[in-house]
Amino acid sequence: MSRRTDTSTPAAAGAGGPQHGAGRLTAESVTLAYDRRLIAEDLSVAVPDHSFTVIVGPNACGKSTLLRALSRLLKPAAGQVLLDGRAIGTLPAKAVARTLGLLPQSPVAPDGITVAGLVSRGRYPHQGLLRQWSAEDERVVAESMAATGVAALADRYVDELSGGQRQRVWIAMALAQQTPLLLLDEPTTYLDIQHQIDVLDLCAELHEQRGRTLVAVLHDLNQAARYATHLIAMRDGRIEAQGPPGEIITAELVERVFGVRCRIIEDPESGTPLVVPAARRPTRGPDAAAGAGAGNPGGDVGEGVGEARAGTAGEAAADVATEGTAAAARPEGSPAP
Amino acid sequence: MSPALPRRAASGTSAPRRARPGVLRRGGLSLAVERRSLVVCAVLLVTALAFSIVLIGTGDYRIAPLDVLRSLTGHGNPGQDFVVRQLRLPRVVVALLVGASLGMAGAAFQTVARNPLGSPDVIGFGQGSAAGALVVIVLLKGPAWQVSLGAVAGGLLTGLAVYLLAWKNGVHGYRLVLVGIGGSAVLSAVNSYLLVRADFVDAARAVVWITGSLDGRDWSQVRPLLAADLVLMPLLLGHGRALRITEMGDDAAHALGVRVERTRLVAVLAAVLLTAAATAAAGPIAFIALTAPQLARRLTRSPGVALAPAALMGAALLVVADWAAQRTFPSGQVPVGVATGVLGGGYLLWLLVTERRAGRI
Repeated sequence: MSRRTDTSTPAAAGAGGPQHGAGRLTAESVTLAYDRRLIAEDLSVAVPDHSFTVIVGPNACGKSTLLRALSRLLKPAAGQVLLDGRAIGTLPAKAVARTLGLLPQSPVAPDGITVAGLVSRGRYPHQGLLRQWSAEDERVVAESMAATGVAALADRYVDELSGGQRQRVWIAMALAQQTPLLLLDEPTTYLDIQHQIDVLDLCAELHEQRGRTLVAVLHDLNQAARYATHLIAMRDGRIEAQGPPGEIITAELVERVFGVRCRIIEDPESGTPLVVPAARRPTRGPDAAAGAGAGNPGGDVGEGVGEARAGTAGEAAADVATEGTAAAARPEGSPAP
Repeated sequence: MSPALPRRAASGTSAPRRARPGVLRRGGLSLAVERRSLVVCAVLLVTALAFSIVLIGTGDYRIAPLDVLRSLTGHGNPGQDFVVRQLRLPRVVVALLVGASLGMAGAAFQTVARNPLGSPDVIGFGQGSAAGALVVIVLLKGPAWQVSLGAVAGGLLTGLAVYLLAWKNGVHGYRLVLVGIGGSAVLSAVNSYLLVRADFVDAARAVVWITGSLDGRDWSQVRPLLAADLVLMPLLLGHGRALRITEMGDDAAHALGVRVERTRLVAVLAAVLLTAAATAAAGPIAFIALTAPQLARRLTRSPGVALAPAALMGAALLVVADWAAQRTFPSGQVPVGVATGVLGGGYLLWLLVTERRAGRI
């Protein structure tokens, strides 16, 4: 199994349209449906190699369905998903599992399984009847637990853990699978903000330090903008835009995809776009009025309510950012580099 | 990574509970067996064999265990040889094979259903086999071999019906259990009707058969059962690892490269056939398929239900139950099915209570 193919196309291959040959994992004009319910038609996606691709969109836009199709859990009604240029459905199940891993939305921990036991199961595609537990398996499991910070929990039962710990254990399980491609279906759902950031930092680390290609479905647009190198925005089973978050996230796009009017400002921590939804009701805060001059669709809403306490639009934006992301340590006048 | 982590790790009062894998490695070969499972399996095997020898010596004509061993190894006296080899050995072998078959089938079913209630006796195979047997006994007045055949047919038909009715993009735990319980209720009504219709002699014969009995078993019952076990058990064990991965949910199992539906179909098919073969030999003996996997799981402390320990536990349980039934009621014939219910159910309750006290459930 080769770790990397020679498709050395960099992550940002530009927005829009199918990018054939851009990556090891592509969907070619697939039609996705559950029984008779059509989710998406004629959808084409290419996951750029070595990218951290994040799929966003409103509920029921088909983003999880697309992820299921990419991970061969859902067979497309038409079109095909290609892994290394071959239809994924025709490849042997275990061979696919050595190349492409998936962390599903609600995996089940068997009764009475320990953390180490669960992570070990990630080695299944590398094992056989006569090769059940090699030294390599043992090393990889220990490594995966260390990388996700659950090594100290190795002997604990999974049912005793908190939600955040459990999610890290599952990620460790997926890591132990040692796949160059890893798909995550809403890995931060049901986690508090601290554990959301833990999990996303971990994903970013995997992507940056180990060169893995990650594809995740996320709910939080700002987290997506901060962590993704390649963003896919979906609505009603169509791809509205794709590309680096800094290039494609505009107020117009957010309104088109999510139906929410907003301002886009720079995230003072990361420099990535930060989506600030427009206030739809009279607000108590002072900042709504200050943004009126920025020429964005959200500006007019709070007008007349805010008091002119804020100095410049830039300062006001920084204030909003501080409230908007718990990660920001202290408010500063200028955005962080 | 998170500040909450060390505190929670320190609060864990239960450090050395994990069954550590023992590993055998030689060249490219590596086998993983949890040490505790291995010890439990060995103890169960010794228990089953020891009680088998005691059981052979039990009855109107008592034989000391050492004499039984002598007879079995070909050094006994001719009179004892006849009793041991022709009369009592087949019965004990049937007991061992039936127990093992039911235990393993139960483990497979419970894994597929992801629920301890997914045992063949709960989801209708017992009732189905009983219905098949009752039709032969009451309506056709057939001999014993036809009763066995009727039981197998009834069990297989019920299995097929439950599987098809529970099918919707695959078979899932609760649906299988609920459909099975529904089918079981219908069949139990049919069985009651057949029993009410029967005359006294047929009804007595039917009741003994339905309870499950090992009386009067000879080598003609052993051979088909042994053949079925020799084919089906290795087949199931071969799929055991994939089957355990399916415990993690269909999506996760798919992602790990398990062909979920195929694995499940093989498991259900093999388990239905094992149950049918066991039922044909000894009637629908209650509770072994339900309790043996759970007992084995609690003794091995392994996650999920394992096949081999469940089979050994089933064999041991049935032999001990038969011995207990014969010891407690030496004159009257108490069918072994009564004893398995009391023994298996009681043991499981005791285990559950002690585990609750220890805070493990």
